[in-house]
Amino acid sequence: MHDNRQDAILARQSFIELSARARARALLDAGSFRELIGPFARMTSPWLTAQGIVPQADDGVVIAKGTLDGKATVVAAIEGSFQGGSLGEVAGAKIAGALELAAEDCRQGRLTQAVILFETGGVRLQEANLGLAAIAEIHSAIVDLRQYAPVVGIVAGTVGCFGGMSIAAGLCSYLMVTREARLGLNGPQVIEQEAGVEEYDSRDRPLIWGFTGGEQRYETGFADAFIADDVADVQTQLGALFARGVPARHRSDRHGDFLARLARVDISRQADSAMVRALFTKGEQA
Amino acid sequence: MSTSSQPTRGALWIAALTGGAQPAGGYPASVTVIDAALAGESARFIAVVRDENHRFPRVHNGEVGLVEGWTIARAVDEVVEADRNAAQKRPIVAVIDVPSQAYGRREEAFGIHQALAGAAGAYAKARLAGHPVIGLIVGKAMSGGFLAHGYQANRLIALDDGSVMVHAMGKASAARITLRTVEELEKFAATVPPMAYDIGNYATLGLLWTLQQVASPDAPGAADTAQVTKTLEQALADIRKGPRDLSGRLNNGNRRASLEVRNRLRAEWDVAGG
Repeated sequence: MHDNRQDAILARQSFIELSARARARALLDAGSFRELIGPFARMTSPWLTAQGIVPQADDGVVIAKGTLDGKATVVAAIEGSFQGGSLGEVAGAKIAGALELAAEDCRQGRLTQAVILFETGGVRLQEANLGLAAIAEIHSAIVDLRQYAPVVGIVAGTVGCFGGMSIAAGLCSYLMVTREARLGLNGPQVIEQEAGVEEYDSRDRPLIWGFTGGEQRYETGFADAFIADDVADVQTQLGALFARGVPARHRSDRHGDFLARLARVDISRQADSAMVRALFTKGEQA
Repeated sequence: MSTSSQPTRGALWIAALTGGAQPAGGYPASVTVIDAALAGESARFIAVVRDENHRFPRVHNGEVGLVEGWTIARAVDEVVEADRNAAQKRPIVAVIDVPSQAYGRREEAFGIHQALAGAAGAYAKARLAGHPVIGLIVGKAMSGGFLAHGYQANRLIALDDGSVMVHAMGKASAARITLRTVEELEKFAATVPPMAYDIGNYATLGLLWTLQQVASPDAPGAADTAQVTKTLEQALADIRKGPRDLSGRLNNGNRRASLEVRNRLRAEWDVAGG
């Protein structure tokens, strides 16, 4: 048995360690990967050079078309190693534009589903308002496309998913997270800056993971699948989520349920991870 | 603070534009929902306003928090449901004056990202269902607060005034995250239009439908109110003539790359054998 377990571990291929491009390739059916506006197109950020920052040939986002279990699929993969996966004008427009075209295809009877690989701190502050505007367009495109075909978000890690893109994750039809993932609106440093260290200590890792970590988000119903850092497991669970089709009710539509739960929050004491689990017990969602 | 109990711009403008109509009942004090006439039809006006006695202590100054996000979603969803079978969908006006999203431990713990997704998603769904959605920026339109409340509008209108600003993050935090000093940040903000905080620079990005100068943005009088109402009516008529998407924001201004990326994607989307 020992040997079998060792073999299983050795056979595992890490998903987290893959670049955005390799992740996109790993999710699509073999041989079907085709990148749009690839790095040789040199569609770089028009705003970074003036600020002394070296732009990247793909602006940190890979758009790929292909098939997944034979179904037409577009993948938008954010590269966390470029500017913290932050979205500027070009990077954001690549994601929004790809999702808009997928929705257009769906309307013309060519069903195209989507995967978004979130590895992002949100808006690229060097392109502030253009990043924010692009993220609003990504939100719009997800809501449009998810009417016709599932939009599945994956937060693998290690950057996590923050800022306006955490809202995008909240709009997806389904969301997959690993143990290494974090999902939250405001980054720990920003909360500490705005609200003080007593409210949120950005160096207190157990505190932060206890609220925003992938396992907590899955156990409290903010994500639909908890995946291992293993390419095969990501593929299997992704296929299973797409097989569910468009959900009857999206998580972002459940205001009645969430407002009822928030009304029950005991404000007399500060929140901890157990309190959140008690409030959002899995299995009793509307 | 003695000034903090004064009504915010968002509260003043929503009251002015709805002619003193009664707010809809059953909403928390931090979200004002008013059904009132616009161009002779019933419209729903929504504003996030200050509630110093808010249950959640990190929401006291008009920030968009957990309750606000989900409540906006509810207010928008109500009219979408009510008009489900109506031939003409009623307009929704987001009166925008949001200093930020709420920053706090409880907010992250209970999923503020999901609450803001509720709000943004509700506005987007309303727009896609054919409801004309207008975003009127009368004060601050900051970051996640703006994404949740107003950025999904078919048309964005802003008051041309020094206190009106749109941005992704406050200066102190933005400096910390980008490893710059506030002075360095301000230097770049002066020369890189998308980094600027003022509405004049924002207007060069081509995201606004129009910029409106009014006499007194802090105390809208009858003339100011009539002027802005007329602009809302014009926006409403313009929306009904156009598509339901956000393509009106793409242009050849300081946002050329956003259009170019889309053109290239479209050119490469369908390739023989692809």
